[in-house]
Amino acid sequence: MLTAGFEYHTAHLIGAVVLMMGFTLLYQRRMSAVIRAYSWQATALALAAAWQGFVQHAPHLYATAAIALLFKGVAVPLTLSWLVKRLGIHRTVETALGIGPTMIAGVGLVALSIVLVLPVTSGAGAITRESLAIAMSVVLLGLLMMITRRNAVTQVVGFMALENGLILAAVGAKGMPLVVEISIAFSVLVAMTLFGIFFFRIRERFDTLDLAYLETFRGERQ
Amino acid sequence: MIIGSALGAFVALGFLAILFNGRHWIHSLTYGACAALCVILAGDGLWHMVMGGHEAAPAIVLPIGIPWLKAHFRLDSLSTFFLMAINSPAALASLFGIAYGGHVPEARRVTPLFPLFLFAMNGVLLADDAFVFLVSWEFMSLSSWLLVLSDHTNAEARRAGLVYLVMAVFGTFCLLAAFGLLAGHAGAYGFAAMRTAHLGPWAGGLVVALALLGAGSKAGMVPLHAWLPLAHPAAPSHVSALMSGVMTKVAIYGLIRILFDLRSDVGWGWGFFIMVMGALTAVLGVLYALFQRDLKTLLAYSTVENVGIILIALGLAVAFRDHGAATLSAVALLAALYHVINHSLFKTLLFLGSGAILTATGERRLDRLGGLLNRMPVTGLTFLVGAAAISALPPLNGFVSEWLIFQSLFHAPTIPHWAMRFGVPVVGVAMALAAAFAGTCFVRAFGIVFLGRPRSPEARHAAEVPFVMQAAMAIPAVACLCLGVFPVMATSGIATVVEPLAKVQLPTALLGWPWLSPISPTDGSYSATMLLLTFIGLMLTTVIALRLFGTRRVRPAPAWDCGHQEDIVNAQYSADSFSQPLRRVFGSVVFNAQERVDMPTPGDLRPARFELRMTDPIWDGLYMGILRVVNAIADRVNRLQFLTVRRYLFLMFTTLVVLLLIVAIRQQ
Repeated sequence: MLTAGFEYHTAHLIGAVVLMMGFTLLYQRRMSAVIRAYSWQATALALAAAWQGFVQHAPHLYATAAIALLFKGVAVPLTLSWLVKRLGIHRTVETALGIGPTMIAGVGLVALSIVLVLPVTSGAGAITRESLAIAMSVVLLGLLMMITRRNAVTQVVGFMALENGLILAAVGAKGMPLVVEISIAFSVLVAMTLFGIFFFRIRERFDTLDLAYLETFRGERQ
Repeated sequence: MIIGSALGAFVALGFLAILFNGRHWIHSLTYGACAALCVILAGDGLWHMVMGGHEAAPAIVLPIGIPWLKAHFRLDSLSTFFLMAINSPAALASLFGIAYGGHVPEARRVTPLFPLFLFAMNGVLLADDAFVFLVSWEFMSLSSWLLVLSDHTNAEARRAGLVYLVMAVFGTFCLLAAFGLLAGHAGAYGFAAMRTAHLGPWAGGLVVALALLGAGSKAGMVPLHAWLPLAHPAAPSHVSALMSGVMTKVAIYGLIRILFDLRSDVGWGWGFFIMVMGALTAVLGVLYALFQRDLKTLLAYSTVENVGIILIALGLAVAFRDHGAATLSAVALLAALYHVINHSLFKTLLFLGSGAILTATGERRLDRLGGLLNRMPVTGLTFLVGAAAISALPPLNGFVSEWLIFQSLFHAPTIPHWAMRFGVPVVGVAMALAAAFAGTCFVRAFGIVFLGRPRSPEARHAAEVPFVMQAAMAIPAVACLCLGVFPVMATSGIATVVEPLAKVQLPTALLGWPWLSPISPTDGSYSATMLLLTFIGLMLTTVIALRLFGTRRVRPAPAWDCGHQEDIVNAQYSADSFSQPLRRVFGSVVFNAQERVDMPTPGDLRPARFELRMTDPIWDGLYMGILRVVNAIADRVNRLQFLTVRRYLFLMFTTLVVLLLIVAIRQQ
C-alpha cells in the first residue's frame, strides 16, 4: 500500500509536467514543435488521469486517460500535422508578444491562480487543492497562448491546451462522473472539426491562414 | 363600479374607432361618447368630494397583471379630486373634438387613440400599486406620443415625437427607480406597504430626487421641459389641450402622491429646492412664452410657467410640514391644488381657442393673424377670459390661487432656516415677475391675434366656428369666472382633500363666506364677490352719472389712425415689436437675443432686412451637451465593433484576469 505522501507527490509531479508543457507551448518557434509539445501535454494529462484513477479507486478515470492519450495525444496532433502539411502553412510561429514577455506573463498567471485557489479550497484535500491550482494555471496559459500568437493553428492549439486544463481539474476532483469528461472530449472533437473546416474555408478563399488577411478582407486594416 | 365601467368603455371606444376607422360618423360618435364618459367620471369625483372625506377609500384588487402582484386600485380623496380636475377639462376637449376631430390632418390616426389616452390618465389616478401606476403612466406617455406623431408627414412633429419619447422614457425610468427604492428589499409594490416603509436618509432623499426628475420631466419642470413646447403644439389642438391642461396635472398628481402620501418625512431642504426650481421654471417658462411667434408654442411655454407656480406651492407645503406648521402646509397644498384645477380649465380653454383659430384661418403664426375679434366674437371673448384668468387678474380664478400661494409665501420666513428666510423673498419676487410677464405675454397674444387689422387674407376671411366648439370654450370661461368669484366654494371642496394629507383640520376662517382668509382674518383676506359687487356698483354709478350729467351732443371727428394714414397692415404692432422692450432687457441676457438691421446703400434696390436671432441656453447647453458626450462615447465604443479576433480574445482574457485579481485581493 502506498503512503498518502507518495500519492500526493506523484500527483503533484504529473500535474507539474502538464503545467510545464503549457509553458513549453509558449516558447516554441516552430509549428511542428508546438504540436509535439501539445501531444506531450495530452500524454501527461492521460498519466495524471490514470494516476488519479488509481489513487481514487475510480476505474472510469482510466477511460478518461485512454481518451486523452489516444485522442488528444495521438489523433489530434497527427491531424494537425497533416493539416499543416496539406495546406502548406507557414512553419514558423508568428508571435504578437515576444517569447520573453509571454513567459513572464505566464509566471504571473500561475502565481495568480495559486494565490486565488489555495484560500478558496481550504476545506478540500491537498491533492484537490494543488491540482486545481495547476489546472487553472494551465487554462490561463492556454488563453494566453491564444492571444499572443497570430496564426490560426497556434490559436487552435491554445484552445485545446485550455481544454486540457479543464480536464485536469475534472480528474482532480473526487467523484466527477465520466459523462462530463466524455462530453468535454467530444467538445474538443467538435471544436477540432469546426476549426478544420474553418481552415479549409480560409485557405480556399484567401490562400493563407494568417488572420491578418481575414482582417484586411473585413476592412479593418488597410 | 361606475368608474370601472367608464374606464372599460374608453378601451371599447378605442377599439370601436379602429374597427369603423373609415366611416365618417365615427369621429363625432367617439368624441361624443368620450365627453359623456368624462362627465360621468368628473361627476363621480365631485360627488365623492362633496359627500365629504371618504375615510374608507374604496379599494379593489383585480387579478390581472403579474400573477403574484395583482392589480390594486383605490379611490381616496386625492384621487377623487384629480378625477374631477382632469375629467372636466377632458370632457370639454372631447366636446370640442365632436366638431373638430373629424377635420384635423390624419383624423383617422387621432380618433382611436383619444379615448385610450383618457383611459391611461384615469388609470394613473386610480392605481394603488407601483405596477399599475407605472403601466398606466407609460401607456399615457405612449398614447400621447402616438397622438403627437399623428401628423407624421410633418418633420417638426417627428422631431417633437423623438424628443418626447426620449424624455418620457427617462421620466419613467426615474419613477421606476423611485418606486423600486420605496418598495425596498421585500419588494412590497403596494402603496399601502410603501406608506409604512422606513427608508434611511439617503434612500429617502434619492426617492424624492427621482420622483422630482420623473414627474417633473412629465410636468415640464425646467430644465426638463424641452420636449413640452415641441410636443404639445404638434398634436391636434384638442389633444394639445389634453396634454397641456390635463397630462401635466397627472404628473403633478404623481408628485403629490409620492411627496405627501407615500413619504411623510421629506426634509425642508427638499421643499426649498422644489420651491426654487418652481420659481426658475415659472420665470424661464414665461420668458420663453413671451418671445414665441407661434400661438400654440406660446401656450405650451405658458404651461411650463404654471407648473412652476404649482411647484412653488408644493415646495412650500413640504417645507412647512417638515417644520411642523401643519396648517400653513395645508394652505400651501390647497393653493397648489387650486392652481391645478384653475390651470387645467384656462389652459384647456386657450388651447381650444387656438384650435378654433386654426379651424377658421388655418394659421398658428401670430404675425399672420389679427382683427379676429370682429369675425369670431365668441372665440375672442372666451379667449379674453382665459387670457385674463391665466394672467391672474381679479375677479377670475387665476388670481385666487396665485394670491393663496403668495399668502403662504409671506408666512414662510417663520421657518427658522437661513435658506428659507433669504430664499423666500427671492422666490416671491420671481413669482411676481412671472405674473407680470404672463400678463404681458397674454396681452401680446390676445392683442396680436384678435385686435388690430388682419395681417393675412386667411385672417381677413375668418368666420366663427360651429356652435359645439363655441360651447366647449364658453363652459370653461364661465367656470373660470365662477371659481374666481366664489373661491370659498372651491376651497371648502379642496379642504376635504387636503386635510387627510396634511393631517390637520383647517380653520373655518379659510372657509368663511364671503371673505377668503387663509391664515387669519387680520393677515389678509380676499373676497372676489365683494370686489365684483363693488366694481359693478361703481360702474353703474358712473354710467348713471354720465347719463344724468353728461352731454348727449354727438361730435364727429376723424378716427385716430395710429399715425399711419395709408392702409399698410404691417405698420401695426407685430408680435416681435410688441415684445421688443422686454427682449432687449431680458432676452439679450437669457437668450442671447441679437437684432441686426441690414440697410441697403442709397440707390440699391434690394429691401432692407431686420434679422432677429435668439438661442435657447438650456437646449444648447444641457441637451446638446449631453448629446455631444453620448456621441463621443458612441464613437469610442464603436471601435469595439471592428477589432481583430485576437483583440477580442485579449479583452476577454484581461477581463477574466482583472476579475480574478479582484477576488484574490479581496481574499487577503
